[in-house]
Amino acid sequence: MRGPRTTSPPRRPESGDPDVSDTRPATPAALHPAPSPAQVAQQARARTPVEVTGAQSLVLSLEAMEVDTVFGIPGGTILPAYDPLLDSSKVRHILVRHEQGAGHAAEGYAAATGKVGVCMATSGPGATNLVTPLADAYMDSVPIVAITGQVVSSSIGTDAFQEADIRGITMPITKHSYLVTDGADIPRVIAEAFHIASTGRPGPVLVDIPKDVLQARTSFSWPPKIALPGYHPVTRPHGKQIREAARLIAAAERPVLYVGGGVIRARASEELRRFVELTQIPVVTTLMARGALPDSHPLHLGMPGMHGSVAAVTGLQKSDLIIALGARFDDRVTGQLSTFAPEARIVHADIDPAEISKNRKADVPIVGDCLAVLTDLADAVDADLEAGRGGDYAEWRERVAGWKETFPVGYTPPEDGTLSPQLVIERLGAIAGPEAVYVAGVGQHQMWAAQFVQYERPNAWLNSGGLGTMGYSVPAAMGAQVGEPDRVVWAVDGDGCFQMTNQELATCVINNIPIKVAIINNSSLGMVRQWQTLFYNERYSNTDLHTSVGSRVPDFVKLADAYGCVGLRCERPEDVDETIRQAMAVTDRPVVVDFVVHRDAMVWPMVPAGVSNDAIQVARDTAPQWDREESEAIEQDTDADHDGQ
Amino acid sequence: MSKHTLSVLVENKPGVLARIAALFSRRGFNIDSLAVGETEHPEVSRMTVVVDVEDLPLEQVTKQLNKLVEVLKVVELEPGSAVQRQVMLIKVRADAATRSQVLEMVQMFRAKVVDVATESLTIEATGTSEKLTALLEVLEPFGVRELVQSGMVAVGRGPRSITDRALRTA
Repeated sequence: MRGPRTTSPPRRPESGDPDVSDTRPATPAALHPAPSPAQVAQQARARTPVEVTGAQSLVLSLEAMEVDTVFGIPGGTILPAYDPLLDSSKVRHILVRHEQGAGHAAEGYAAATGKVGVCMATSGPGATNLVTPLADAYMDSVPIVAITGQVVSSSIGTDAFQEADIRGITMPITKHSYLVTDGADIPRVIAEAFHIASTGRPGPVLVDIPKDVLQARTSFSWPPKIALPGYHPVTRPHGKQIREAARLIAAAERPVLYVGGGVIRARASEELRRFVELTQIPVVTTLMARGALPDSHPLHLGMPGMHGSVAAVTGLQKSDLIIALGARFDDRVTGQLSTFAPEARIVHADIDPAEISKNRKADVPIVGDCLAVLTDLADAVDADLEAGRGGDYAEWRERVAGWKETFPVGYTPPEDGTLSPQLVIERLGAIAGPEAVYVAGVGQHQMWAAQFVQYERPNAWLNSGGLGTMGYSVPAAMGAQVGEPDRVVWAVDGDGCFQMTNQELATCVINNIPIKVAIINNSSLGMVRQWQTLFYNERYSNTDLHTSVGSRVPDFVKLADAYGCVGLRCERPEDVDETIRQAMAVTDRPVVVDFVVHRDAMVWPMVPAGVSNDAIQVARDTAPQWDREESEAIEQDTDADHDGQ
Repeated sequence: MSKHTLSVLVENKPGVLARIAALFSRRGFNIDSLAVGETEHPEVSRMTVVVDVEDLPLEQVTKQLNKLVEVLKVVELEPGSAVQRQVMLIKVRADAATRSQVLEMVQMFRAKVVDVATESLTIEATGTSEKLTALLEVLEPFGVRELVQSGMVAVGRGPRSITDRALRTA
């Protein structure tokens, strides 16, 4: 389906077929004597325009943007771009097995390194297969650029073979998108795409290029003139807002720093740590921000939200000031919005003004990059402290420390001696350590990986937070491993997720990308099953995957073997450490470990969807046992609509 | 709910209208009226969008519009300090017996007759949406055969220009 195949008869061989040039071995070099790549690069460096094809211009532009890796799959309309790509010594193209894999790999690369990830696909189905990763990158603010081939300009709008209006399709899920109509625009569009993807609030940008534009002669010169009159992200926070925030911080008695993924994207971890140490304000890090402040930090209360720690959820809930940094008051954090942190005033800093007061009204809005915000805020608070006007939160710190100690995130091992998923993940984190990269799929294993691995640095934790894309883990781990070749990269995946994108193991084996995959195999779509247990009277409709209970379809060890990976299986608690060590010892190829775990393990704590965060449960039907003063303050909403969403 | 008139200056490029219309529908806002055209600067188009929302969601829609790379500027025009106009063409039933009555209405509203046939008159009217609604009400008893109206266009009163300022900062 990706264009001409040698084994099938020529498709639609009528002479009017605009794609008929596919059947000729027409490289641009054969048609026009082109300069060698080295010559072109040399001329380009000299800033004199060089005569090239659109495709060459594209590859030169990518080289000029210092792109070292592109994940993609060629096909009919993007074919011209793949020809000069073959000659590029700077850009490594990694041939994936599905375009979704290319998109998530670009995301993983970007999230692990902070650089822009690049993926490439052909028109039609190639492009539509990128839709999920683009939506994922949009929700989680991941800087990626997707380059797609498009049918020749004269065929656009005719329902041509492999035509899809990918720019139209992706408008609501990209930060910006281009349809290039003139080859001369390619350098500018590529430069703009990278600029838009990586500045302000990062996000995905799509560049769609018709085949004839790739084939036509044009000129290339660098650097191009960027023309974005409507794009001015604000990064420096307003001094007045900073002073106002500092005033609220000094006046607060129960402040909490609510740290979101924006702090990671802004590379502001160091400034965050400095600010926390200066102010001594307790911190929660969201699912997207795990590692922004080391988990070992005494003021770190854990993750807030639906499966957050009691200390983090209750800390926010009872605070009188929330300082939100690069966070967006997502429904998975706030629970029922109307009862979220009812006594708290809000300082909300974000680089995207549209996030401020979107869900919860901010008392002090601050538009700016988290790094600049934290730096300026630290200066303002420092001045207050010097002048003896600082806040005193000693009593509050004691209280939250008490919650943290009394209600640690934990689990009860199953009585039948089978394997706890939490134990596997806890040991994995302990053995692989804080320098490794952990990439989760979506579901129970994701929550356990967020809870039970101790994160000590930013960009060590990658996951699909906003969109919740099952299948993210393996390809994103692949991308992370390419970007960070010297780190150990563990994909912590579920048996359901793994089956959505495991074809990229082939890409990993062939391209020597030695990721490690821990399948937390509970033979189920575990999170859905958990909800069926809790809210649907244990009626398990369509959540049994048969991957370990009763049968092994597929047998993950044999599957790993078939791909040329090392396949391991672990079914007993006493074998966990040894199995992880065996996996760690393999460095020359991917490893897949089938951890067959207890099926009925559930993710706790939990705030059911749509109810107040006051209704947090530490285990089934078990609310935390507060001391009396606090328990009186909490009204359990017994009539909650558990089925919120 | 209350009506708000937004003037949106955008780069005059293909696909911008689709992007803006899609943004409104995706964020759950209904567009009451929409008019688009080039400005005195050919590289800039101006959209006049009338939306029916409360203040808080309006702030959200304005912020979301500003996030679009091709949007140069978003300004809310207050009815008191802006001129708003809409064009309506109405084909109304009018024979020898009723024609003079219809023409009387046309005169009262300072509208124009742009086409005459034995059975009908086509009337062109310009004004605020209130005036056009009132005209329509008085014509309805005669029998409205066809009705078409443009989107609202609006411009702020006084010498200041929003395009000047937008292009300076751009």
